[in-house]
Order: sequence, then C-alpha cells, then structure tokens
Amino acid sequence: MKEIFSIGFLVGFFSATLRMATPLIIATLGETFSERSGILNLGIEGTMLFGSLSAFLVAYKTNSLWLGVIAAVISGILLSIIMAYMTVTLGVSQHVSGLGVTLFASGLSLFVYRQVIGSPSIPPTIQTFSTIPIIGLSKIPFIGQVLFNQYFLTYLAIILVPVCGFILFKTNFGLSLRSVGENPESADALGINVYKTRYIALIIAGGLMGLAGSFFTLAYFNMFLYGIVGGRGWVSIALVIFANWTPSRVLLGALLFGGVDAFQLRLQAIGFRIPYQFLLMMPYLLTIIVLVLVARRASYPASLLKPYRRE
Amino acid sequence: MKFPKFVLEKRSQSPAWLRVALPFGAILLSFLFAAVIILFAKKNPLYAFYNIFYGALGTRLGLMETIVKATPLMLTGIAVTLAFTGKFWNIGAEGQLYAGALAATWIGIQNLSLPVPVYILLEILIGFAAGAIWGIIPGILKAKYKVDDVVTTLLMNTIMIYLVGAILEGPWRDPATSWPQSIMIARNAEFPKLLVRSRVHFGLILGIVVIFLVYILLKNTKLGFMIRTTGANKEAAYYLGINVTKTIILTAFISGGIAALAGVGEIAGLHYHLTENISPGYGYTGIIIAMLAGLSPIAVIFSSLFFGIIITGAEYMSRVTGITSFIANVVQGIILLVMLAMLLLQEYRIRRVE
Repeated sequence: MKEIFSIGFLVGFFSATLRMATPLIIATLGETFSERSGILNLGIEGTMLFGSLSAFLVAYKTNSLWLGVIAAVISGILLSIIMAYMTVTLGVSQHVSGLGVTLFASGLSLFVYRQVIGSPSIPPTIQTFSTIPIIGLSKIPFIGQVLFNQYFLTYLAIILVPVCGFILFKTNFGLSLRSVGENPESADALGINVYKTRYIALIIAGGLMGLAGSFFTLAYFNMFLYGIVGGRGWVSIALVIFANWTPSRVLLGALLFGGVDAFQLRLQAIGFRIPYQFLLMMPYLLTIIVLVLVARRASYPASLLKPYRRE
Repeated sequence: MKFPKFVLEKRSQSPAWLRVALPFGAILLSFLFAAVIILFAKKNPLYAFYNIFYGALGTRLGLMETIVKATPLMLTGIAVTLAFTGKFWNIGAEGQLYAGALAATWIGIQNLSLPVPVYILLEILIGFAAGAIWGIIPGILKAKYKVDDVVTTLLMNTIMIYLVGAILEGPWRDPATSWPQSIMIARNAEFPKLLVRSRVHFGLILGIVVIFLVYILLKNTKLGFMIRTTGANKEAAYYLGINVTKTIILTAFISGGIAALAGVGEIAGLHYHLTENISPGYGYTGIIIAMLAGLSPIAVIFSSLFFGIIITGAEYMSRVTGITSFIANVVQGIILLVMLAMLLLQEYRIRRVE
C-alpha cells in the first residue's frame, strides 16, 4: 500500500482525475443546458458514442484531429435536432425519445464503423492529441504537473465551466432559456419564442455531448471501441442532479467521479487483490448512492418533462 | 393561391382500426428511413430487405431461429409493458435478464437429483426472485427517495454486467476452457425442446403464459387497477386511496422478475451455461417491443415475433449482401422514434382549416 502515498503516484492520480473528468464535465454542461430549458435529454449516451465515432473516423481518414473534433460537434448537433423535433415540435415523451435517440445513435455508430472499417483482426488506430504543457506554469512542482500539462480538450472543459455559467445566469439568452424551463406559458406571454429557445438549448447540448465523445477517441484512447462511452452518459444525467443544474457544481461533481474512476484504475494498475470488475463498478455504485442522498433536495426545473403546446 | 392550413385537434377517442394500423405504418416508415441509410452504404435496400424476410421466414431453419429469438423478447417486452403501464420507467430489463441467468445457472450447476419439472419450476422461481430483487431496488429508490428510475435502472445494468464478469472470471470459471464461462447446468435442469430438429424450447410457452397472466393481472385484478391508475394519473390514484408507493414498488418487483425469466430461458433452454454475452441487448429491445405493441400485452406476442424476424433476418442478410447485421440495431432505434411520433395520431387528428 506504500505506493499510494508516493508523490509520483499522487501526480499520476490527480492528473488522471482531470483526464477522466473531462468528458463528464463537457457532457454534463450540455445536459445542463438541455434540462434548464425543460428537456431531459437521454440521447446523451448515444450522442457521445456517435461523437466519438465521427471524431475517430474523420481523424482517421483526413489525418486531422481538429477536423475530427468538428465532426463530433456537428454529429452531436444533428442528433440533437432529432431530439428537438420529437420533444419540442411534437411534444412526445422525453424519456422514450431520448432512449430512441440513444438506441438509434448507438446502432448507427456500430453500423457505420463496421461498414467503413470492416472487422480487421487489428483495429485501426490514430495518433492522438498530445498533452500541451503551459509555458512556465507546467514547471511548478506538483501543481504544474497536475494542472498545466493536460490535453487541449481538458483545458477547454475547464474554461467552458465559467463560460456556460455566464451564458446561463448573466445573459438575456440564459434568462430566456431558464424561463422556458421554469414556466413556458409566462415566457411566451413575455414574447419569448419557447420552441426556438428550446431548439437552441438542445443544439448547444448536442454539440457539447458530441465534443465530449471526441475526447474518448482523440485523446483518451487511440481507437474506437463499441463500449468506449460505457455508461458515462448516464453518469452525466445523475451529475446534473447532483450539481443542482449549476455549472460550477458540475465541475465539482465531475472531478469527484473522475477521481473515483482514476482511483480504481490506479488500484488495478498496482494489482490490488480484488476482481477488477468490482473496481470498475465503483463509479456507478457511487452515482446511485449520491443520487439517493441528493434526490429529495433536488430542485428540478419546474417544466422539465412537460411538453409545451401553444393554444 | 392560398395554402391550406392544418391544425392538430384533440380526439376524444381513437378508432380501433387506427390502433392496429399504426404499428404497421411505423414499420413501413422506419424501413424507408433505413433504406436511405443502406443507400448511403452504397447497397441495394430492396435486396437487403428481401433477404431479411427470406432469412427469417423463407426456410424452416430461419423460421425456427426467429421463434428462438422471439422467446426472450416476449418476456423482456411484457416486463417493460407492465412497468411502463404503471409509469415505472424500467430500462433495466437487460440487467434483470442477467440476474435471472445468474440465478438459473447457480441452481442448475448444483446437480440436484430432482425430476425435470421440479427442477425447472425451481429455476423459474429462483430466477424470478433474483430479477425481482434486482428490480425492486430502483423501485424503492423511486417510490421512497424520489431517485430517477431511468438513471438507476440503467446504472444497475452496467453494475450487473460487471458482476457477471467477475463471477465468470472468478469462482464459476469453467476450468476446461480459457473463456469466461460457467460449467454446464445439469441435464435434468434443461428446458425440454418443443420441436424436433430445432432450438425452440419450453421458454416460448413460458413467455406466452406470462403474457396472458399479465393481461389478466392488468385487466381483472385490483393490483392491475392500481398499476393502471398510478400510471395514468398519480394524483388521481392518490385521491382514490391507492397506495402509490406500494404500487410502484410492486410494479418494479413483478417487472424485474418477469424480465429475469428471459435470462432463465436463455440458460435452461438454449445455452446451458452462462457467458457474458447471452443477450445482445434483449432488455433494450424489450422497450421497443412494448412501445410498438402500444403497451397492449397480447400485441407483445406479435411485436416480439417481428423483432425476432429483424434480428434473425439481419444475420442472414449480412452474410448474403455484406451489409453488417448492425442495421438491425439501427432499425430498432428508428422504429422506436417513429412509433412514438405516430402514437400522436391516436391522441390528435390532423384537420384542415380554411
């Protein structure tokens, strides 16, 4: 057990925590936009998977990681338009629509991957993003290694937290977005276009979810795997509740779960003597426990799950 | 030139023909969307569809496999139907299926000296109990702690898959192979086959019987009334004196137990040992089956057979045309979305206004 307390271990652990938290931060911010406007987007898991696939394929075919990132965002937006059509225009069940989008997007990811790549014995890989040390800051002992020697997408995720907070709470658009999620009738009476606002919220959400997916194939792994997202979309749904629909607490929650994920990986690495599946389970078990603790006090957006039909 | 304008108008009641026609319309429209995707893959969609149906229905072997695939789907489909009727969003049929498979394997490898019918009954009871316990956890969390059932059931699927993996790579690993799989269950624990030269097994009868039991439960019992009322309107149920908390927990219990029977059938009737991939997502397909059936129990039989066709046929089609069988997964997602949208026509009519 001594290894756990060495400096090298701690640097590894904390920087892995940030890495594991990256897709969770981005995707959960996306879901926050969606839910603040009144739409529960269960398409998140499939949207992340499809984002990671598009990012991989485009990067693989064009040799450009940045085009991969853009492709992931665009594919997330396209899927969010399906979600918006179902839940905003038609106003049908958000639960079932979201599952439909996830099943469709997951199926499509597998289909497209197999159709384009086939099933070679060695799956194709790409050269992933490398970490970008920030000049000067990365030389600070310990903190520099943990905070300032990360992937671009990790820096972006952290910057997005205050940016999303600003948009949601300090701009007119954010006010409109929150008001259609709380009381669409009175927002409409004030001249806010409820449908348009919800569409925009879902498009932002979809773009972020796609972006989150790209992290898996462009930074974390160097290939596409069917189980690459592995339920992290569902963890994000729980994190939104934990964060009480506020971006700053999204960061806190994502770091907590990233930490558990990083911790179990370290335990696996040093050969801790329990089956690794029990370690892999930890983040999911913790998610359920946290939900039990916070669910009663959670203040859901008042019109979440309620379709709006203008009479 | 004046464009005609259309509005949605609320219906008081939907005609019976419409409820029958809707799923067929949804299937047709979904195939149209799937055709576009197949065209993108530069293949002929009509040839692909022909081969799906030929592969699933055109030969005796195909037809038998269709029924074999439809067997677990009937059970996951009816489990979801029951849960959704009570607005318990059970997305956990996949995990509950594995809970049932674990339990059936456990009792099956004990090599008890029991007559076949007794052994089978024991597997069914223990399997049901395992799934019911796995299902009741999110039920209690929803009813008592207001924890979202969708999230918990989904997370518990992931946890169950890891649990199965840990057991198969650890205590239950068959020493004879390098694969993570259990040893074979006892011969007298196997479900009997229903037809010669086929894999169709007793699970089919179990599925149909359970579907009729759920039909009777929902239609003719007090508990069924409680489930339907809680699903339709929680506040109204409360004022009618229905114990909503108890109803949700019971719904979760029964639904989890039924989904687990799908796993019992796959172990005792088909594979005879447990592996990590006895289900290619039958739990999730159960959700689509329930929706396509419009949450009507009897329609689940036909809806499951249809998805049996899609899954079996896609494998055959893949071998003939080179289009991957994952097209079946795509079609499933599309059908769910299209059916959901078309159900609106049950509530609303489109009327032209001058």
